Amino acid sequence: MPMLPDSHGRFGSYGGRYVPETLMPALLELEEEYAKAKKDRRFQTDLAYYLKQYVGRPTSLYRADRLTKKFGGAKIYLKREDLCHTGAHKINNAIGQVLLAMRMKKRRIIAETGAGQHGVATATAAAMFGLQCEVYMGTEDMQRQALNVFRMRLLGATVTGVDAGSRTLKDAISEAMRDWTTNVQTTHYVLGSVLGAHPYPMMIRDFQAIIGRETRKQILSAEKRLPDYLVACVGGGSNSIGLFHAFLRDPKVKMVGVEAGGLGVESGKHAARFSGGKPGVLQGTMTYLLQDENGQINLTHSVSAGLDYAAVGPEHSLYHDQGRIDYTSATDAEALAAFDLLAREEGIVPALESAHAIAHVVKLAPTLKKSQLIIANLSGRGDKDVQQVARMRGVSL
Amino acid sequence: MSGRLETTFEGLRKNRQKALIAYLMAGDPGLAETEQLVLALEQAGADIIELGVPFSDPIADGPVIQQAAERALRSGTSLRKILASVTSLRQRTNIPIILMLYYNSIHAMGCEEFCQAAKAAGVDGLIVPDMPPDEARPLKVPADAAGLALIFLLAPTSTPSRRKLVAEESHGFVYYVSLTGITGAKINNVGDIQHNIERLRKVSAAPVAVGFGVATPEDAAQVSKMADGVIVGSAIVKRIASHQQDPAMIGYVAEFVRSLKSAMAVG
Repeated sequence: MPMLPDSHGRFGSYGGRYVPETLMPALLELEEEYAKAKKDRRFQTDLAYYLKQYVGRPTSLYRADRLTKKFGGAKIYLKREDLCHTGAHKINNAIGQVLLAMRMKKRRIIAETGAGQHGVATATAAAMFGLQCEVYMGTEDMQRQALNVFRMRLLGATVTGVDAGSRTLKDAISEAMRDWTTNVQTTHYVLGSVLGAHPYPMMIRDFQAIIGRETRKQILSAEKRLPDYLVACVGGGSNSIGLFHAFLRDPKVKMVGVEAGGLGVESGKHAARFSGGKPGVLQGTMTYLLQDENGQINLTHSVSAGLDYAAVGPEHSLYHDQGRIDYTSATDAEALAAFDLLAREEGIVPALESAHAIAHVVKLAPTLKKSQLIIANLSGRGDKDVQQVARMRGVSL
Repeated sequence: MSGRLETTFEGLRKNRQKALIAYLMAGDPGLAETEQLVLALEQAGADIIELGVPFSDPIADGPVIQQAAERALRSGTSLRKILASVTSLRQRTNIPIILMLYYNSIHAMGCEEFCQAAKAAGVDGLIVPDMPPDEARPLKVPADAAGLALIFLLAPTSTPSRRKLVAEESHGFVYYVSLTGITGAKINNVGDIQHNIERLRKVSAAPVAVGFGVATPEDAAQVSKMADGVIVGSAIVKRIASHQQDPAMIGYVAEFVRSLKSAMAVG
């Protein structure tokens, strides 16, 4: 398998750098600086220090016995990214990028956020390093994730509502790109998922790949063998590629990415790019998109703000076409059922995003033998979603 | 190089004039109005028309153009309908027409089919704000074959090597973005524009037009002293937005364009 992406930021025909010229020099600078940092022992030592002492890595690989017993099939493990500081895997990338921003002497940080987890992670890293931070968030998401809006403000970040288009993640990214275009000389844009123009999809994957590297060691130590299945939810696709990456060269390890099925793919109200989309260019990258016949981007729907996005990371598009990773979807209802299930069976309240991965485990585990192993990425915890779920059930808190 | 664009810049140069490039969002408020506006703005002194193709997620545009795109999409505008409008306009005007559109609109139709259709309609050039020269190959080949000028943007942040790349790849003219920012922002450093245009002239013989942030006759006057062309977008679109239901809209916008052109430098 060749090194991906190539020097043009391409994963096969996907990826690339589709941005206004104003941003091109900044992307080239970022690519160069990241290449240097990658080889710089000091940078790697700093990153390792913060991941261990501040984020709390390595996160555990937990054997979910009650869940396993309930389905009577494969043995189920959960990679506990929900135990990271700030409650999700997003901090792995935020710390890495903020360290890079410091190297580039950029003292202002901007970010977009959907569910608020990446915004919280970025605001946290910015606070810890004493940088100025502004987070763009769709006004629809601000309502769904009010708790995270307050958290970001507590952390000293400015949260700017975006009242355009669908008022969700996609519009927040566009607005962050506009800010970056305007303030590119002083500002680093901490993109939160394996999206956007090169080098972001590569760099963010690298920062998240620690999830899979740890998992590999942990499962080899616990089971003396590799898993049969890896399962993770796919919004932009950073937690999934983070888990999958260390196993891509192991042909026997099957991988499943779970997209947001919303109200059902047939309803048109979903964010399942691989079921309803086709390749195109959005926000800097060539990848699978939900779009109409004229190339206008479709509105998406998901109960989970973090999966509610019309595009998917370009590296996923390649693995989809190659058949290396299977992509499926779970509906809002299935995710909500999995949310309850994990809370009751294992005492873990998952993020609604991660609940999509669990929803697939619910379908997959009973079809497998007891000797088989599934690892699901529990990418975040559900504290942020408790209010929303209560509201959906008519409970006022 | 495209005939109409080249002839226009040459004619203006002979008369020691600068090009006024007027931007309209096609389909705002409707394509019928856009066609009337093109003809009226030509009468009012516009030398080249840039037609924006509405896109749902315009990352290079500020709120004025974004909202115009939303209105145009609501009025049912599509790339194919815009090309039909250009075809119809071509029976009435010979003014150079450039499309400004995001790459996904082209990609959805297919680069080859799009270039042939645009040429057949009478389009002269293309500006694709989210496609730097580095990614242009799939579009460049069919655009060259069709004789459509592919116009690239140069930014204040462009390094010498990128300046050279943009100058080499750009046909028709080079679009110099006057500021680090999005359309409709305010010009803040005229000295910077001058300096960058001078550096560009050293590597390119192509005409240079300046856009993003040219809002008033005073701005147009200042910029026209340095450049071969002045591009005005948001300031025109804003006037269309505020007079959507007004039958006098076209005359009002034409009057503004007349004031821009008459403020522009001669010589």
